[in-house]
Amino acid sequence: MLRIATAGSVDDGKSTLIGRLLYDAKTVQDDQLAAITDASRRRGDAHTDLSLLTDGLRAEREQGITIDVAYRYFATPRRTFIVADTPGHEQYTRNMVTGASTADVAMVLVDARKGVREQSRRHAFLAALLGIPHIVVCVNKMDLVDHDERVFASIAEDFAAFAAPLGLTTLAFVPISALNGDNVVTPGTARMPWYTGPPLLGLLEDMPEADAEPRDPVGARLPVQYVIRPQGGEHRYYAGSMAGGGLRPGDAVTVLPSGRTSRVLALTGPDGPVEYAYPPMPVTVTLADQLDVSRGDLICRTGDEPPTARDLEATVCWMSEHGRLRAGATYLLKHTTRTVRARVTDVRHRLDVNTLATDPRADELALNDIGRVALRVGAPLPHDPYRRNRATGAFILIDEATDNTVAAGIILDMDTETADRGPDDHHHGREHT
Amino acid sequence: MPHRLPHTKALEAEAIHIMREVAAEFANPVLLFSGGKDSVVMLHVAAKAFAPAAVPFPVLHVDTGHNFPEVVEFRDRYAEHLGVRLLVASVQESIDTGRVVEQTGPRASRNRLQTTTLLDALALHRFDAAFGGARRDEEKARAKERVYSFRDEFGQWDPKNQRPELWNLYNGRHRDGEHIRVFPLSNWTELDVWRYIADEAIELPSLYYAHRRKVFERDGMLLAHTDVVTLLDGEFPVEETVRFRTVGDATCTGAVRSHAATPHDVLAELAATRTTERGATRADDRVSETGMEDRKREGYF
Repeated sequence: MLRIATAGSVDDGKSTLIGRLLYDAKTVQDDQLAAITDASRRRGDAHTDLSLLTDGLRAEREQGITIDVAYRYFATPRRTFIVADTPGHEQYTRNMVTGASTADVAMVLVDARKGVREQSRRHAFLAALLGIPHIVVCVNKMDLVDHDERVFASIAEDFAAFAAPLGLTTLAFVPISALNGDNVVTPGTARMPWYTGPPLLGLLEDMPEADAEPRDPVGARLPVQYVIRPQGGEHRYYAGSMAGGGLRPGDAVTVLPSGRTSRVLALTGPDGPVEYAYPPMPVTVTLADQLDVSRGDLICRTGDEPPTARDLEATVCWMSEHGRLRAGATYLLKHTTRTVRARVTDVRHRLDVNTLATDPRADELALNDIGRVALRVGAPLPHDPYRRNRATGAFILIDEATDNTVAAGIILDMDTETADRGPDDHHHGREHT
Repeated sequence: MPHRLPHTKALEAEAIHIMREVAAEFANPVLLFSGGKDSVVMLHVAAKAFAPAAVPFPVLHVDTGHNFPEVVEFRDRYAEHLGVRLLVASVQESIDTGRVVEQTGPRASRNRLQTTTLLDALALHRFDAAFGGARRDEEKARAKERVYSFRDEFGQWDPKNQRPELWNLYNGRHRDGEHIRVFPLSNWTELDVWRYIADEAIELPSLYYAHRRKVFERDGMLLAHTDVVTLLDGEFPVEETVRFRTVGDATCTGAVRSHAATPHDVLAELAATRTTERGATRADDRVSETGMEDRKREGYF
């Protein structure tokens, strides 16, 4: 299963490309096609508007834009795909982040006529920030630039220069025409003989998943979600989803933040006892000793415990249109299965996603801003840096006044990152300082 | 070589994670259970999520009174088999007490009326989370919905203003009178559901498999000839071998001609089909281009 998030500016044709992908991969059913053909005709379009396959909301169809993420599912004989079609408008960046947080691959669209624009850069940066290691850049609307190889090459060069500091595992480029279907599912050889790579779908079929080979894997991590106590039974079963490493019966474990130790007595998965549990497997664990373990605790392998801290450094994306993020404000912070209070003690800097430059004078973050903050949390938080483990390195901030999710955060690595450097800077810093 | 969960197991893992989150964070969850395949799969997953204890929340059926008898029989038996408490909210009762007015005419359906009955039941029992079996692949408005879908005090969904939903960090915060609809099967497709039913040998109501039944054709669909429908001029019932791809209110759920007798037969049939399950079988989605979005905004499942 490969999770793909689309990204790009408004009108770059993301929804049309997904429609094309679904249509050419023969996953659009007759009634769906009939419905959108009908809808296209009613609004006077000459051709069937494939973007209507994903723009499902009334407001989206009225305005011809994507407001919120739509999830689409398709399979080829080789692979199953989940595509999050995310909005291009800057005002909906938070919805883009929603779609990208779980993705393995980001598919960034660039309009061949317009070249790399701010939203393409923003999305590529966000994708990298969220730990998506693979980006496929689709240079779309090649039909409108006479299928000119030089246009494609120049955009690829621009993009590669911008993306160099992002530390991506894969950066691939495909010249396409979503409208005509060239290089989407089938090769566009007739019109673009100069492109010899695989079409987009072929590229995606061969793409490794994000966590296929972690560069710096952590030991066993099991955030306790729920304690199961069968009536009349003696044992307490600690239920949770494996969030890092692997666990076997007999393993010595430490429960954080208490630091108490025990041994895994038994591990049970959805189908009964298991000899080895790994992410994202849901399990229940029984321990050899009676310990006080509850929701929010982290069971981890003894000898490979993560740091536990009340002061965190994090990069956050601010997602609220009501108010800004400033030092002194208090929020609820949800991290794995634990929710604690957190105060912003400092806004370290704001990031300019166009240049990747940091502005250390910034003292607040507005809607869709990305920056670095220092947080003080209400209880010790066992965590990993996001770059080592997405599950134990991510958090959200919730505004208690509105109950809304107002920020997405990733925890930085205190050992390697100093106070005035951002998550990107261990690459970026080398070039510009 | 890294360890990988097979596709349906990865989907099951995600659903279990979601259900345990809800059980841990909400005071009073309920699982919407109709006896339809998605709700049966959801309950099957719930039983696994909380083993060796029982499922820690009741199940609720919104009964239109126009059900297929074999589904009601299955519903009761399956709930008893798993040892869960079954609550039934009755649309008939909503009609009798004047909460809703029944549509009239041969095309009358109680589908839309269910929303009021559902919202009344959620308020009566003070449920703060309701699991639904809806999947994003079903319908274009559903493709937009979060796993945790916030509903205001009127049960309304605001599709233009959904909470960001990142990683598996779900935000279930709500005030008294508000609730969250939770969709653990969001990322499953119809094929995934059937693969899972086959893999796990899950029992379903018999009408999901080929059987002989009196049906008649309306708007290009085969509807069951039951005592809750009135035939129009030119409509006449004939006996056919059919099965149902979805199971809802008998007045608006269509059958398909089929000889599929087992989950594996159904999988083979689905691999060759050219229509979606709702397109083939749901009159309620044909009302308008945004029929589902409009009903969902009001608080529909």
